Parts: sequence; C-alpha cells; structure tokens
Amino acid sequence: MQSNRLGWILLAPSLLILFLFGVVPFLYVAWLSFHQWNPFAANPDIIYNGAENFRRLVFDAAFLASLGVTIAFVFFAVVSELILGYVLAQAFMKDFPGKAIFRTIHTLPLIMAPIIVGSIWKLMTTPSIGIIPNLLDTWFGLDLNIGQSAAAAFAVTVIMDVWHWTPLVTLTLIAALVSLPPDPFEQAQIDGANKRQIFWHITLPMIAPAVVATVFIRLMDALRTVDEVLMLTGGGPGSATRYLGVHIFKEVFPRTNYGYGSAISVIVLYLTIVACWLLYVSMLAPRNQK
Amino acid sequence: MKKRNPWLQTLFWIFVSFLTLFPIYWLFVVSVKPAVDLFTTPEILLSEFYWQNYVDVWTDRTLRGYMMNSLIISSGNALLSTALGFFACYALTRFRMGGKESIFFWTITNRMAPPAVFLLPLFLLMTQVYRVGDFTLLDTRIGMILVYCTFNLPFAIWTLRPTLDGIPRELDEAAFVDGASSWKVISEIVFPLCRPGLAVTLILTWVFAWNEYLLAATLTNFSARTLTTGLSEYVTTTGTEWGIMAAISVFTLIPALIVFTLVQRHIVAGLTFGAVKG
Repeated sequence: MQSNRLGWILLAPSLLILFLFGVVPFLYVAWLSFHQWNPFAANPDIIYNGAENFRRLVFDAAFLASLGVTIAFVFFAVVSELILGYVLAQAFMKDFPGKAIFRTIHTLPLIMAPIIVGSIWKLMTTPSIGIIPNLLDTWFGLDLNIGQSAAAAFAVTVIMDVWHWTPLVTLTLIAALVSLPPDPFEQAQIDGANKRQIFWHITLPMIAPAVVATVFIRLMDALRTVDEVLMLTGGGPGSATRYLGVHIFKEVFPRTNYGYGSAISVIVLYLTIVACWLLYVSMLAPRNQK
Repeated sequence: MKKRNPWLQTLFWIFVSFLTLFPIYWLFVVSVKPAVDLFTTPEILLSEFYWQNYVDVWTDRTLRGYMMNSLIISSGNALLSTALGFFACYALTRFRMGGKESIFFWTITNRMAPPAVFLLPLFLLMTQVYRVGDFTLLDTRIGMILVYCTFNLPFAIWTLRPTLDGIPRELDEAAFVDGASSWKVISEIVFPLCRPGLAVTLILTWVFAWNEYLLAATLTNFSARTLTTGLSEYVTTTGTEWGIMAAISVFTLIPALIVFTLVQRHIVAGLTFGAVKG
C-alpha cells in the first residue's frame, strides 16, 4: 500500500478547482442572499438586510409564476418522454430490418447542443419562415404563433424537449428491458395472463429501478433547462415560458439586482438539492439490492 | 405470440426517424437559402443550393475567432478534466483515505446544480476576487477552461472510476515489489490499461464543453466568446439573420456529429452519470 500522502497530492488539484469554482460561489451566493446589493442603484453598497430577500420572494408574483410554469413544463415533458420512450423501447425489443441504423438515428438528438436545438425549433416555428405554422395554416387553417400565443409557445417548448430527450429514456429503458430474465414472462403466458397484466405485474415492477433513475435524471435536467428556451422564445410571450433558469438569467443580469438574485439562486439550488438527494437514493437503492 | 411482419416495424421506425431527422434537415434547408427566399412559401425540397451563408460565416473574422476560442476552450478543458479526473480516480481507488466516498459523491453535486444559479457568483468572483493586479479571469480562455471544470471534472471522475476499479490492484502492488516508483506505476502500468476509458471521457467532455452556452454567454464579452454565443448574436430585436444563424448552427453541429459516430455506444452512460451502460 502506498502512502496516503501521495493520494491526497493526486486528488488536490481536482479538489482545489471544484472548491474555487463550485464551493466558493455557493458560499458567496448564500452570503449575498442576506444582503441588499445593486451596484447601479442610488446606494451601491452591500447592506445586510436579514431575511428580507426571502420574505419578498415568497410574495413575488413573477417568481411564483415562473415556478408554476416550470413545474408544468417539467411535468408534461417528462411524462410524455416516459410514455413515448417506453413504447419505442418495446418496439426495439423485436428484430427487424435496419434496426442498428434506426437506433443510431434515434440517438442523434442527444449529442446536439441545447442552443442548437433551440435555434432549429426557432427556424421551424417562427411564423414568417417556419414550416410548421405554414403547413398548419394551409392544411388545417390553424394559426400557430409562438410570439403571441402563450399556449403555443409552451407547447412548442415541451415538444422541443420531448424531441431532444426522449431518446435518452428509450435507451435507458432498452438497457433495462434487455437485462430482464425471460422466465417470469413465459410462466405468465402459460398461466394465461394478458398483455396488460404482464405489463403492470411483471414488466413494470422489474424495470422500476431503471424508470425511477431515468425520471430523476430527466427531472433534474428539465429543471435546469435554459439555453434552448432562451433561444426559442426568450421566456415569452409575456412570461409564458419564463422557466426558473431563464428567470434567474433575466432577473440578475439586465437588472443587476445582485442580492435579490442570490436569494432566488439559493431557493432554486435548494429545490435541486432535494431532487438530487432523491435521485441519489433512488440510484443507490437498486445497486444495494444486488 | 402472433408473428408479425418485421417490415411493419421497419415502416414504423422510418416514420420515427423522419420525425427525428426532419428538424435537422430543415436547419440545413434554411442555411442554403438566400434571405429573400425564406419569406416566400416554404418549400421542403431544394431546387438549388445557395452557399453564400457558409462563405459569410467562414470569412467573418469575428466568427472565426469564436470558432478558434471554442476549439481551444473545449480541447483545453477536455484535456485538463480528463487528466485531473484520472489522477483523482487513481487516488480514490488505490488509497485508504478517510472520507473518500463522501468526496466522490460531493464531486458530482457540482454537476447537478443548475448553472443559472452560479452565473452571478462566478461573474462576481471572476471580476473581483480571482484576479492578479489588472488581470481578471473574466473573458479569458483560461478562465472558461477552469469554469467548465465544474461540470466536466466530476463527469470525468465518475466515468473513469469503473475503469480504474477494473484494473486489479495486485498489478500495481507487484510492480512496487519489483521496485518501481509511484510515477512509473501510474504512467507505465495503469495509464496504458485505461486508454479506452480515457478516450471516451476525453471525447464526451469535449462535446459537453463545445456545446455549453449559458456560462460562456455571461462570463465572456469578446476575446473568449465561443461559437454557441455567436449564434445568439444573430437573433436581435431589429431582425434575425436566419440564414447566417442556420449556417453557424451547422458549423457547431458538425464536430459533435463526427464525435457522435465515435462514441455512440457510450453516450447514454455519459448522460446518466454511468448509471446505465448503453
């Protein structure tokens, strides 16, 4: 066994970088959240104001609205991805011509930068040049305008997220389905179980750990969605797609309201930590059972 | 079970693939059209190609600078993250250090936090605290390389750990008995065995850094701006240059696509913190 000192020396650079760019910003933002600071206000000093920022936050309509649309966005996106992902994963379990190519094509969106995904969907849905509003208009006489209709903008962000991330759900569920033993399924068929019974009583319980892990990974990523929405709608129209990440970005930089912005950051971080903890527990539990 | 025609499956997947590919195809269509043609009836099939948008992007000095920055920042960051991640994993798997499992989990928490939360403190720290005289980390390539470590270094540590765990310790110990130094063991025994794992880590960290937008958009002004931030500069209130925007998108997409073909199988493991082996 080598001396532990060498171990710490090898680990030190990583810890130092993560400390300087991960821990220090966190402590700094936590400290600032108890202060009032706007460098371009009449009084540019950093003034301690206790829990005032947090008190304001609880009654801040803009923040609460942002929290509301974020939860709606995450819910619709993740649920759609799970259902679609499961259907596609099941479709992949059979052999058919061209399977490998289709798998490659299906994986493609995962590698794309969120900002590129945002710009692609902007090109597709912007009323004057996009193909989707044009076709909807000529075929069904529908008017899709993401610059004016809040519902349309919301729906397009959800569809965009589904397009981008369903492949991740498909591939994780394929991995789970492939590893299932065949015996329980054969036994169930002999006993005359129908498809629905097999799904609810055998397949779902057996792939549950993978489903839970996938849900939390998607949950966490959907909660931090910023780039693509910023590009597609900029949070608009109004505040229809102003999800938390977009809200922080818009609140902090143009307004330079540093103290209040820090308080929002701390709350969002807290919500994420709770989600992360659940993710960690859900991912560890299946491993420990083995 | 009923035997179904396997070609029905193929037909179903052709439909799914169409839905996946069409948006990407549309990006290409917009990029090879002159601005005036965009506002007439959109046509799905192209009759002629107009390459001027690509020429404009390629000959634009500013955008070429952004491209260079993207290249330097993502390559520098991928090398740094992978190298430090390798050393950290060696330490975590080979030594009996107190609290090492807690340290291991703590590293990934840095990646889980929403980047938007860190925009403000990083901006303030980089302008006011992390400075030497007049030199600040804001708007520098080295600054961005270090900042990107917050998400890529934990990723490197988590993806390299199984690789290092898989190399039997007896191998290192036998070398020590033969009188090899620690450095020799790392560089001549452990490193060669880790090469496949290191390659995958290097490529994936490179893509994550290449694709990053939010931090680059707030922590750079001009001299270290990346291609992804250049993209948003063409969306303005006075009018968007759609063709140019599409062409920059294609430029940003190509390296990621090339890389994709190399590590396709590992992408899912990469995106699930190694929880799922693709």
